Amino acid sequence: MFVTPGYAQETAPAEGELQTEIVHEEGGEAGFPPFDTSTYPSQLLWLAITFGLFYLFLQKVVLPRIGNILEVRRDRIAHDLDQAARNKEEADAAVAAYEQELADARTKAHAIAQAAQDAAKADAEAERKSVEADLEQKLVEAERRIAIVREAAMKDVGTIAEDTAGAIVEALIDRKPDDAAIAAAVSQVR
Amino acid sequence: MAEDPIHQFQISRLIPIEIGGLDFSFTNSSLFMVATVVTTGAFLYLTTSSRGLVPSRTQSVSEMSYEFVANMLRDATGPQGMRFFPLVFSLFMFILVANMFGMVPYFFTVTSHLIVTFALAMVVMLTLVGYGLKTHGARFFKLFVPHGVPGVLVPLVASIEVISFLSRPISLSVRLFANMLAGHITLKVFAGFVTTLSGLGAFGVIGAVLPLLLTIAITGLEFLVSFLQAYVFAVLTCMYLNDAVHPDH
Repeated sequence: MFVTPGYAQETAPAEGELQTEIVHEEGGEAGFPPFDTSTYPSQLLWLAITFGLFYLFLQKVVLPRIGNILEVRRDRIAHDLDQAARNKEEADAAVAAYEQELADARTKAHAIAQAAQDAAKADAEAERKSVEADLEQKLVEAERRIAIVREAAMKDVGTIAEDTAGAIVEALIDRKPDDAAIAAAVSQVR
Repeated sequence: MAEDPIHQFQISRLIPIEIGGLDFSFTNSSLFMVATVVTTGAFLYLTTSSRGLVPSRTQSVSEMSYEFVANMLRDATGPQGMRFFPLVFSLFMFILVANMFGMVPYFFTVTSHLIVTFALAMVVMLTLVGYGLKTHGARFFKLFVPHGVPGVLVPLVASIEVISFLSRPISLSVRLFANMLAGHITLKVFAGFVTTLSGLGAFGVIGAVLPLLLTIAITGLEFLVSFLQAYVFAVLTCMYLNDAVHPDH
């Protein structure tokens, strides 16, 4: 059924038909099939039917469908791109917030460390001051005591000197000298 | 007779029909028109039936042909011309598939008959004139008077434009018809050399190698021509329809 006449003739040559066709060809005009006007009505009719139906089918069914598929895809891609852009914005915002927080925390940590350092320094200073004051006080006390002791010692020196001088004078002149005179003499010597 | 390169274009009646003295028989040509239309329609319909967001291979073939023709038409006529998209797409697919069917051995080539290609060209021209007159009225005839032509030359230029306009359907149809016809005749002649020469004994077989190689090469070329002629027909249709959309150019 699919075969062209050429093939049909190869397989099953119909003698009579063959003959007439040869005659046709030699006759000229009708010999060249594309210029054989007797076939035109049939070709035009069937072209109109087949191409017309083809056109209607494509116009009504196929092309709207493919157009729709492409449109849905384009919308979907645009939507997905929007979504991706939104997600990226969110991620950027999160990164910025995180960095802000990190900077804040760093500042705060710095402040805390500074405060602790200051407090420690102040404590140490106060400690040192109190220790120094204590020592100062102790020094003063000690000096005071030394002064007392020296004074007492110095006073004793006078008495001893008077006693010794009295004893020496008594031994020399064999007479007990006047205490007042000895004291005067000793104080004069000193 | 089997080697007659013209015989492949012979039209034979499959179902004789006669109305009012005219022969409307269902012929081998009609059969291949039906085959072309049914194959193409079924392919486009079935491959897109799943409406996949991610297209299958065959679905993307349908989508690519859609976008190919849509871009062609949009480039030539702009968005206003898209109303002709179903027509241009139908013409392109019909001619392409009919040409490709013609490449199958023993298949009839629908587009190798001048009356078919001329009818298709007339569909384009009548659409052009009908739409142009309907939307632009008398302004449509500005098409024949290009801008900036001195008044004296207008009759001359206009008559040249009219002649070139009238010759469009002829050039459009003859180009397709002649290409298909010549290609198929060439193929048949070279293939005929192969069988004739190889029938002449050992020497002939060696001599048959060259036409055989040529036949193979021309077969490849003819596939290219089949596509190219469908493309050229569609592109020219787009350019002609542009005149209907923008006659003032």
